[in-house]
Amino acid sequence: MTAKVITITSGKGGVGKTTTTANLAVALANGGGKVVCIDGDIGLRNLDVVLGLENRIVYDIVDAVEGRCRVRQAMIRDKRLSELYLIPAAQTRDKTAISPSDMVRLCNELRPDFDWILIDSPAGIERGFRNAIAPADLVLVVTNPEVSAVRDADRIIGLIEAEEKGPARLIINRINPALIKRGDMLASEDVLELLAVELLGIVPEDESVIVSTNRGQPVALDSKSRAGMAFQNIARRLNGESVPLMSLEDKDGFFNKLSKMLRSGGE
Amino acid sequence: MQPIEPKVSGMVPAIQIKGIRDSLLISLGEGEWSELQNILLCQIDEQSSFFRGARLALDVGNTVLHAVEMSALRDKLSDREVSLWAVLSNSPTTEKTAQMLGLATRLPSSRPERSSRPVENDLPGEQAIMVRKTLRSGVKISYPGHVIVFGDVNPGAEIVAGGNVLVWGRLRGVVHAGAEGDEKAVVAALAIAPTQLRIAGIAALSEGSIAKQQPEIAHVLDGQVIIEPWVYKEGGR
Repeated sequence: MTAKVITITSGKGGVGKTTTTANLAVALANGGGKVVCIDGDIGLRNLDVVLGLENRIVYDIVDAVEGRCRVRQAMIRDKRLSELYLIPAAQTRDKTAISPSDMVRLCNELRPDFDWILIDSPAGIERGFRNAIAPADLVLVVTNPEVSAVRDADRIIGLIEAEEKGPARLIINRINPALIKRGDMLASEDVLELLAVELLGIVPEDESVIVSTNRGQPVALDSKSRAGMAFQNIARRLNGESVPLMSLEDKDGFFNKLSKMLRSGGE
Repeated sequence: MQPIEPKVSGMVPAIQIKGIRDSLLISLGEGEWSELQNILLCQIDEQSSFFRGARLALDVGNTVLHAVEMSALRDKLSDREVSLWAVLSNSPTTEKTAQMLGLATRLPSSRPERSSRPVENDLPGEQAIMVRKTLRSGVKISYPGHVIVFGDVNPGAEIVAGGNVLVWGRLRGVVHAGAEGDEKAVVAALAIAPTQLRIAGIAALSEGSIAKQQPEIAHVLDGQVIIEPWVYKEGGR
């Protein structure tokens, strides 16, 4: 078994990196994969909260890197899925506590035992981001259909190319079809035209995400949630399945158009 | 998993300069890149009149350089009026980076028929750089000559050119042509909706999104920047 290392990043904060990481991890593990996710946001950890594993933390990534524990000891097994693990970030240190080569070493140690290693990158373009993408085989860029988020995604995609980790793939999160219809939100076509990268999935705005995040129950486990379904579809695409974009409103021409775009490789 | 070996320190990296035809070949020793770059730039600053206007080929040996570092160096050199046109390296990564930035990775072979060709037979031309990629947010290109981009120029990217700017793609970033005061400079692109467009000292703001997908050209007329559809004219503009 050789794990694929996927880093989830965005540049801008608050677009849904951690939510995406947690839900993809859950969906991949639910589909039978062996998954470990690593919280790269040292000093501002919250992947543990979103996964509902906060109270089980004993050791963290910095302990493992600095040799205070073995990597296995820093891994927390999920309470719902037996093949899902989390390596939490340290809360009392900062991004400089580990280096890009530490991340590469850590992932190389984990690779033989897992199918997927997901790394939740912090916002920004500094050390934390560089740590997170150093071991990546694939980088997913999360953005919202907002000008500021798209601008930052563009910058991040450029940096990923410069680090030779490209081409990145795109997830557009928190799409609101009603707003787009009224012309008050960037349409996915506009985002794709500017960023010119392959689209991996779109996730609709969904209140159940907020509820599930607060409860530490990722929405991908909820079969009734639209956002949860979108994350499951993305996980299936990562597994090599060809899954069309779900249509959010039956008569909505926009999403039909978009699913055509996805099938043609996002162009 | 191997421990990372500490960089050898205490060794003074030397740089060698020699003239090859119409340019200078500088070979950098081994060492930390930031240090090597500093030594190079100091050397240039010390003899700024010698280096001004020079074309530079840089041999970086085994040093692995990524686009960020290489383009930063090119910017710093161009601030000193030195143009970097080639990067020679033993590292495939560095070579790839150089090619991505439109730099040569080999010196032209000194075939006799080429070097003996009389200068008069060369086509007349002006200094330009060709960038074969989309410029994303955060990328800045400054060049004393013309700038040609084969790709889009996204919002947040910036081009500053002494001469004209030609974009074979959509232009949405900040662009400054004729930056040294040449009001005859033009900006042309397949579609123009720049964040800001300047020619010499005159600025124009864009009205918004790219509505019409047609080639346009911006130039100065009576002290104002005019953007108009590009029409083919016999004999050129």
